[in-house]
Amino acid sequence: MISTWKTPRGMTRRHFMNHLVGSSAAVSAAMTLGGAIQANAEEMRRNRKSAIMLWMGGGPPTIDLWDLKPGAPTGGPFRPISTTGDMQICEHLPKVAEQMQHLSVVRSMSTREADHDRGRYYMHTGFVPNPNIEHPSYGAVIAHELIGQRPELEIPPFVTIGGASEGPGFLGMAWSPFAVTSSGRIRNLNMQLDDARLMQRMAALREIESGFAKRTRGLPAEEHGKVLKKTFDLMTSSQMEAFRVETEDEKTKERYGTNGFGQGCLLARRLVEAGVPFIEVDLGGWDLHQNVHQTLADTKLPQLDQAMSALVEDLQQRGLLQDTAVIWMGEFGRTPRINQNAGRDHWARAWSCVVGGAGIKGGLAVGETSSDGTAVESEPFSSEDLMATVCKGLGISTETTFMSKNRRPMKIANGGKLIEELLA
Amino acid sequence: MVRQMLTIQLLATRRIAPLAALLWLALGIGDVARSEPVMPPQIRMIDDAIEQGWHDYEISPAPEADDAIWCRRVFLDVIGRIPTLDELETFLADRDNDRRAKLVDRLLHDDRYTEEYANHWATVWANLLIGRSGGMDRRDLTDRDGMMKYLRDAFAENRPYDRMVYELVTAEGSTKPGTPGFNGAVNFLVGKVNDDKAVLAASSVSRIFLGQQVQCTQCHNHPFNDWKQQKFWEFNSFFRQTRSLRRFVDGTRDISHAELVNEDYAGEAGDPNDALVFYEMRNGLTRVAYPVFTDGTEISRSGYVDEVNRRNELGRLMLDSPQLDRMAVNRYWSMFLGYGFTKPLDDMGPHNLPTHPQLLDSLASSFRGSSYDLKELIFWITLSRPYSLASVMTSQNEIDDPSIGETPKFSRFYLRQMSAEQLYQSLVSASGASAQGTYEQQEQKRREWLRQFVVTFGTDEGDEATTFDGSIPQALMLFNGELTQRAISLKPGSFLDRLSQSGKSTRERLTRLYLAGLARQPSKREVGLAGELYRARKGNEKEMLQDMWWAILNSNEFIMQH
Repeated sequence: MISTWKTPRGMTRRHFMNHLVGSSAAVSAAMTLGGAIQANAEEMRRNRKSAIMLWMGGGPPTIDLWDLKPGAPTGGPFRPISTTGDMQICEHLPKVAEQMQHLSVVRSMSTREADHDRGRYYMHTGFVPNPNIEHPSYGAVIAHELIGQRPELEIPPFVTIGGASEGPGFLGMAWSPFAVTSSGRIRNLNMQLDDARLMQRMAALREIESGFAKRTRGLPAEEHGKVLKKTFDLMTSSQMEAFRVETEDEKTKERYGTNGFGQGCLLARRLVEAGVPFIEVDLGGWDLHQNVHQTLADTKLPQLDQAMSALVEDLQQRGLLQDTAVIWMGEFGRTPRINQNAGRDHWARAWSCVVGGAGIKGGLAVGETSSDGTAVESEPFSSEDLMATVCKGLGISTETTFMSKNRRPMKIANGGKLIEELLA
Repeated sequence: MVRQMLTIQLLATRRIAPLAALLWLALGIGDVARSEPVMPPQIRMIDDAIEQGWHDYEISPAPEADDAIWCRRVFLDVIGRIPTLDELETFLADRDNDRRAKLVDRLLHDDRYTEEYANHWATVWANLLIGRSGGMDRRDLTDRDGMMKYLRDAFAENRPYDRMVYELVTAEGSTKPGTPGFNGAVNFLVGKVNDDKAVLAASSVSRIFLGQQVQCTQCHNHPFNDWKQQKFWEFNSFFRQTRSLRRFVDGTRDISHAELVNEDYAGEAGDPNDALVFYEMRNGLTRVAYPVFTDGTEISRSGYVDEVNRRNELGRLMLDSPQLDRMAVNRYWSMFLGYGFTKPLDDMGPHNLPTHPQLLDSLASSFRGSSYDLKELIFWITLSRPYSLASVMTSQNEIDDPSIGETPKFSRFYLRQMSAEQLYQSLVSASGASAQGTYEQQEQKRREWLRQFVVTFGTDEGDEATTFDGSIPQALMLFNGELTQRAISLKPGSFLDRLSQSGKSTRERLTRLYLAGLARQPSKREVGLAGELYRARKGNEKEMLQDMWWAILNSNEFIMQH
C-alpha cells in the first residue's frame, strides 16, 4: 500500500488517486480499457447527450406565459403573439417566440403537489415525498446514465447554477448536484502544496477513511471516499476552465443578459461543451401571490426572454441543440383566478412546461386546457411522463431500473408514459 | 411529584459530590466509598423501552462505545464542538463509576461551559426559528443578532421550555439590540406576519412547537391527516392582530429596525366586534373563520386587543396542549440519537405513528413534570443506553438501518454528519487558538463562513437548503480552506506547536494527535504510515504531524458524529 507513494514517473495525480480511492466500477473500467476508450473518444464526443433544466423556483404562472386565455375573466392583461412554432405565447417573450420552432409547450400538465417543498421534490424526481426513501433527482439519474459517454470527464456530472436542485437520494453523495453561483467562481480551489506531499497526505487520509468505513460498516462513511476522489479530480483538472464564464466575449455575455440567470445559462452552455451531462439553472422569484402581472412585465419575463432565447439560439448555432435537451419548469403553475392582491396562488391541476432539443420535436403545443385555464381537457401529463420523454430523447431506455437501498426496484422517471407527439 | 423531588435531590448530590470527596480527603477520613450512582428513573425508563424493542425484533445492540468516543460524542451534542485534548484526557483519567454522569453534569452546569452551551443551543434554535438565511438579507426585517441575543440569554439561564415558547409566540417589541423596547424574541415572527395573511406565522408555530404540518391546508383539506382547511384559518386567526412596523433612521428612509405590535383588528368584514377572516374553498365557495385552537377551544371573536390579545390566548392554549411536550421530546431525542420517534419529526399525529409510542408519551410527561427543564431532558437522553452504543453495524443488528427506510430501533448510534456549525467550532477548537476578539467579532466571522453553504429556493416561504451535506464544496473547504490552514499551522502557540513540545516521544505525540482529533489511538498501520511520512519529511517531526493532522481533519471519521 505504502509503496504507492513512490509514484512512477509520468503518473499523474489523478491516476494516483484512482489507485487510492479506486472503488467505483466506472473508474476501473476506464483504467483497464484505457486504449480502446481513447480511440472511441471522438465518436463518443459526437454522440454524447446532455440536458439543461431551467428551474423556475416558486411556481411560474404558466397561464400568463405559454397558455394565454385572452378575454377570459382569468386571462389577465397580456396579449398572445405568434411564434416560429405552431402556437402563440405571451407578448413579453418576443425573443423566445423567435426560437419556438425548437421548443414545444406541454399545455396539459396536471399534477397534485401544490406545496413548494413537495412540488419541488415531485417535479425533480417523479415521486411524491416519502419519509422512508430518498429518491434521486432527474439530474442525478441522467448524469448517472450518461456518464459512460464521457470517460474523460473530470468535473462533476451534475451541476446546479444559482440554486440547490434536489439531491442524489439513494444513488449516493457522489451524484449530488455541484452547486455554483452564476459567476462560476468556486471557493477553496487552490492548494499550495507540492505533488509528492499532497499524495502522501492523501495516503494517510485514505488509511483513516477506509479503517473507519470498515469498522462502522456505515454507508455515509463509504460515500465520503467517493466524494473525496471527485474533489481531487476537480482540483487538478484543466476542464475547470469551463466554469470561467467571465472569459466569454462581451457580446455573448450581453446576448444572454448580464444578470445572474443570463450568465447562468451561458455557463450552462459552456458546461455542455465541456461534457457535463446535466445542468440545472435556477431563476427564482415566481411565487407571485401579489402583483403578478406587473412583476412579470417589468422584471421576470424580460429576464427569462433574454436568457432562454439566447441559450436555445446559441445551442442551435453551435450544433449542440440536437443532442441537448432543454427543459423549462417549476414546481407547479398558478391559479387562473386572480386574487384580491392582484396575484395568483398555487395551482397544479392544469399548467404548462416547455421542452425541446435532443430529438424532441419543437414548434408544437401539446394538449389543451379549458377556456378559463382551470382544467386540462386533453390527455393529462405528469412529471414522470415529461421526463420519460426527455430520457427517450437522450437515448436512455425507459426500461432502466434502479435498486433503492431497501432493495425496491424503481423504474427511471417512475415508469412515466411517453408523450408520443413529441417524439419523431 | 415524588419523582421530581428525587431528581432534584440527585442533581444536587451530583453537583456536590466532588466537593464532598475533597473534604473527606482533606479531613483524612480515608477512601470515599465508590457506590453505583443512583440515576433519575427516566434513564431506566428509556433503556427498558428501547431494549424491549430490540427483544421484539430479535436484534442485539452494538457494543458500548468506549469512554473516549462517548466523550467526543457528548461534547459535540451538548456544547457543539469536540473536546480539547485536555478535556478528553481529564475525563479519561477519571475512573469513578459515575464519571459519565459527572461529565454531562459539568457540561450542563459548570460555569466554564455556560457560554458555549448557550451559544450552541441558540444557534440550533435560531436555525429552526428563522432559518440559516433569516436576517442575512438587508431587506429582511428579522434581526439575527436580536434573535441570537434572546436565545443565548434564555439558554444561559436554562429558561424553562414552556416559558420560551410562550415568549416566542406572544412577543411584542423591537427586533434590534440597543433600540427602545428591544425584545429579541420578536424576531421569530417579525418576518412572518405581514405578507400573505400571516400564513407563514401560523404554519411555523404549528409545525415547530406542535408538530403539526398545516401549510397544505391553507388551500385545501389535508390529503392524509385530519387537518381541514377550516382549522388552518382558525389557527391562522390568532395572528391577525399582529403587524410588523418599520422604524426608520431619524430623518431618512433607511430602515433601522422593525417592531412587532398587536393592533385592533377589524377582520375582513370590517367589524372589530366580530373580527372574522374569509377563505376560499377549492369549489369556489367562501367561508369564514374565527380563532379556534387545534383542540377545538374557541376564544372571543373580538378584534380589540384590550378585550382579547389573540397571541396571548394562543400561547396559553399551547402550554396546555400535550402536543407541546411530545414535540419537544421528539425533537430533542432526534437531535441526540439522529432520528426522532416519527419521520418527519415535526409531522406528528394519528397518520404518522411513532416508533416507540409509550416511551414518547412517558418522556413527554416527565418533561412536563420537570417543569420543562431542558437540561434535565438532555441528562436523561445522554446517559441512556441507546446513546452509549458504538456506531457500528453488526450481523445482529443489520436490519436496524433507518437510512434505507427501516424504522429506527436505536440498537446502535447512527452515524451522521456534523452540522456546519459543529464542524466550524470543532475546527476552531482544533487549531488550539483560544477564541480571539469579542463575541460579536467571532460571530461575524462564523456567519460569513456559514453563509457559503446556504442556498435559498426563491419562494415566498423562504425555503432553503444547505450544500454542507458531505458533497464537494464541503470537501474543498476542508482540503484548502482558511480554517484548515489555521488548524494545521506550525506557528508558535498553535496547536501543533504546543503538541510537539509535549510528551516524551514521537509515538506519544502521535497518539495525542489522534486523541485530539478522533478520540482514539492510532492503529498499527497508521503508526507505520506516520513512520514513512516522518522519513519522507526527512525527520522533521512537526511536518509529519502536520501531514497527519491534515489527513485527520479531512477524514470521514472527523467530520462525522459517531
